[in-house]
Amino acid sequence: MSELQIKCVVWDLDDTLWAGTLLEDPKVTLKPRVPDIIRELDGRGILHSIASRNEYAHAMDQLKSFGLHEYFLYPEIGWDAKSICIQRIAENLNIGYDTVLFVDDQPFERDEVASVHGDVWCLDSSRYLDLPDHPRLKPRYVTRDSVMRRTMYQDDVRRQKDEETFVGPQESFLRELNMVMEISEAREEDLLRAEELTYRTNQLNATGETHTVESLNDIRLRDNHKILVCELADRYGSYGKIGLALLEFGSTAWRLKLLLFSCRVMAKGVGTVFMSQLRNAAKERGVQLMADFRDTGRNRMMYITYAFAGFSEKAKQDDGMVLLENQLTDIPPCPDYLETNVNVDWSSL
Amino acid sequence: MREQIRGFIESNLNIFDSDVQFNDGDNIFRRGFVNSLFAVQLIAYLEQEFSITIANEDMNINNFSSVDKMVEFVELKRDGNG
Repeated sequence: MSELQIKCVVWDLDDTLWAGTLLEDPKVTLKPRVPDIIRELDGRGILHSIASRNEYAHAMDQLKSFGLHEYFLYPEIGWDAKSICIQRIAENLNIGYDTVLFVDDQPFERDEVASVHGDVWCLDSSRYLDLPDHPRLKPRYVTRDSVMRRTMYQDDVRRQKDEETFVGPQESFLRELNMVMEISEAREEDLLRAEELTYRTNQLNATGETHTVESLNDIRLRDNHKILVCELADRYGSYGKIGLALLEFGSTAWRLKLLLFSCRVMAKGVGTVFMSQLRNAAKERGVQLMADFRDTGRNRMMYITYAFAGFSEKAKQDDGMVLLENQLTDIPPCPDYLETNVNVDWSSL
Repeated sequence: MREQIRGFIESNLNIFDSDVQFNDGDNIFRRGFVNSLFAVQLIAYLEQEFSITIANEDMNINNFSSVDKMVEFVELKRDGNG
């Protein structure tokens, strides 16, 4: 049995932190001295968390009414096995299992955790009053960092939350947005925006090429090329033209010579939807779909986008241009939160 | 590792909003919810979490189409690097 200092105490709630069962009893009350113990350990730089079978909002409300909710980091309140809760907490805090103390009144829960995480110290909650005096909960030093530890972790939690909000809009949320994507052939008046896109979009430009209105217009008027623009709108309004593709076509293959998207819409799946439309069109006409990619040192994202849309390397040119070929299988359907209108005359390709 | 990868997918891919069940062998691309951002995050996650480097040549959709494939791929990369 290891005797490392405990970094985090993971508490059960019902009949551990408080007397009673939240879902069954009209009222629960904190066990004696619980707030003192929580605060004392917190002041020593020991973190607290929760592994409880309860409804999250309900339990958090109850903790708020006790004035204790701020003390718990990454609380795991739900219906998962407690070993899973402990795992998530340890991972989120980035601490070893041998520095975790789990306090629960139920022998079953303690055994379940112990069976999965042998290094976690599992304690019968009837002994919680002894905690402040236990050597494993008495750090040798209490520094300014220890006192601030919880706050620093909480800053991290906020950071991660902001990141997650930016990153992963949930499907239900996306559905409420009523997003509509329009893919159409660029008209002359679209070219200025297209030029701007090529200059502003660094990370999501597949070849790093920039174009002027004039060069784009030249391309547009060549009969074996098309410039496609993607526009996205939702119930708040239009995002404007957020994607550009330059397509060269031959009788046996189409070639994406340039593809770029505004990073504002990256999380909305428009790149994937655009790619699916193009892949389906190519497949229906029995032509290959190729794409150019040039590593600019900043556009790895675009390589990943291509790769995840079923492209793989076919040839590498001396000048660093890579030719990719699409396998045209497993083409994902358009997600139902995004309506797509395609105004492209593929048959003229 | 399997649990970690699965956990990452569940918490970052939009489909798992609505109690959708998915198995380790299921192709995550066929459902149409993988966007570029997820792809980028997934690559970064695998590289950091398992200390591997994913070269462009490795970036084939077949290596990442399911939890099973990812586990297989990471194990292969690790052996190669080790």
